[in-house]
Amino acid sequence: MLFRNRRAERIATLEEYRESGGYEALARVLQENRPRDISKIIDASGLRGRGGAGFPCAKKWMAVPEDGAFPRYVAVNADEMEPGTFKDRVLIHADPHAVLEGLALAGFAISAEKGYIFVRPSYENCARILEREVERAREAGLLGGNILGSDFSFDVIVHRSGGRYICGEASALLKALMGRRPNPVKAPPFPTDKGLWDRPTLVNNVETLANVPPIVRNGPEWFRGLARTPTGSGTKLYCVSGRVNRPGCYELPMGTPLSEIIEEHAGGLPEGRRFKACLPGGASTRFMGSEHYHIEMDFDPLAAVGHRLGTAAIMVFDDRTCLVAVTLNLMEFFARESCGWCTPCREGVPYVRDLLWRIEHGEGREEYIPQLREMCRHLWNAYCAFAPGAASPVESLLTFFEDEVREHISRKRCPFRG
Amino acid sequence: MLPEDLLESLRKRVAGSDHPRELLIDVLLELQGHCGYVNDEAMEAACELFDMTPLEIDELATFYDFIYREPVGKHVIHVCDSAICWMNGYASVLDHLTARLGIRFGETTSDGLFTLLPACCIGYCDRSPAMMVNRKVYGELTPEKIDRILEKCRNGRRPDDMDETER
Repeated sequence: MLFRNRRAERIATLEEYRESGGYEALARVLQENRPRDISKIIDASGLRGRGGAGFPCAKKWMAVPEDGAFPRYVAVNADEMEPGTFKDRVLIHADPHAVLEGLALAGFAISAEKGYIFVRPSYENCARILEREVERAREAGLLGGNILGSDFSFDVIVHRSGGRYICGEASALLKALMGRRPNPVKAPPFPTDKGLWDRPTLVNNVETLANVPPIVRNGPEWFRGLARTPTGSGTKLYCVSGRVNRPGCYELPMGTPLSEIIEEHAGGLPEGRRFKACLPGGASTRFMGSEHYHIEMDFDPLAAVGHRLGTAAIMVFDDRTCLVAVTLNLMEFFARESCGWCTPCREGVPYVRDLLWRIEHGEGREEYIPQLREMCRHLWNAYCAFAPGAASPVESLLTFFEDEVREHISRKRCPFRG
Repeated sequence: MLPEDLLESLRKRVAGSDHPRELLIDVLLELQGHCGYVNDEAMEAACELFDMTPLEIDELATFYDFIYREPVGKHVIHVCDSAICWMNGYASVLDHLTARLGIRFGETTSDGLFTLLPACCIGYCDRSPAMMVNRKVYGELTPEKIDRILEKCRNGRRPDDMDETER
């Protein structure tokens, strides 16, 4: 569905997108519907946000008060800095107008007049593609003033980020867009009440918005029927990386089993390697061991066993990869990217990294294990979701792979190093 | 001295925006493109353009990874050191770059051509190990490929042209 126009060698053009049914949804909606109708269709489809949190998309849209202030905005989160995640990049390179049409429909649903696409620096290609295609859409009357002759006007601006992981957090993203220091702020007020310049603002992920046009065109029942799980809906862009033969981004029915994604699509593990664990949804999720190797990769089945789908960025680790070292690498990332605003995160994450460094380098002690557990609990006192996300791999390492950690301590070295 | 036509075009952009500060990062990047990094003169220009204090702008400029407040080389190399690249050969990429350029992270070659910096996951985990040179990403790095990229830079080309196959 999302990858129907994906080609190996180039980006789908506006014409190709339209030939495959693109912009039909927008054209029909502008003639036949009122803004609230769109939210109702999306609500019935069960579409959940694809940026990591899995929040019901329509619930967010309907949170914009009907009598709220104008002008209103839609911000597209194309920051995608969660380690292991690259689906938005692939999607924009495959079919950029899927995102633009979804954005225009979201704009119509909340009566917004402007959309911002927030793009990270390493996605400069994406920024240029989007700028070019926005211009083409304007020329075709699909964006800009009086779209397709209707009284709906909606324009799109591509905003380049200066580059920091925290900008992917919705409130931080909005501050970054406004040229303010992007440390997160706590709701309320929610962006849907007071977002950009205190006006109602939606923040949606790239993949989430790309799902909107096909839902409007084909109906919510069709969308629900795409999933392999009874409570799921649609398809999902799964990014598979790490110890697999064919790392890549695969669009599959929501709820496709992990084992099937890894073996049939990502080509399985290299000869002689055995699956040990994966991070199922990026660096901010918990390590998931082989006991869940056949789990259906969807929000609810993962939540039922205490895991999170996150961005569905599946990072695969094999039996010869040291998970203490992996976790240490992730903590280096989180320590560097912490925005520094609140103490639990600014001080706690480097503390955790330091203890892990000592364990990995043969300087670990027994008492570090309870200390790490305690620090992980403290990280939950942080101001935003960053530090609890950082705690997830550490806490799960200690829960599911405590023996591996203890072996580092008792042997005074990393058992995976020769 | 910053050229007057650059300042004039920036003034026009800022004046044409309902919310000028949304352009702050764009303007800093543009000044950086001209000066190589955001030097104090560029800072002062930004202060004037946005009617902000140096402190207000510096707290933004120093926050971001791709705005440089110190001199950098003509080509800035950001090597991804996050989990997947780390698993797939980051260490040998860094070793090779360090040996070829004779610099460590945070340093610039004496000819002013290259600066070496780490980068958090750049979103090319399917093509790891990866690095960015200026704004362009290179994946599936091998020593030979790295040498070719460095050679291209040395020949005076800024390898930041868009290439749709590098997705």
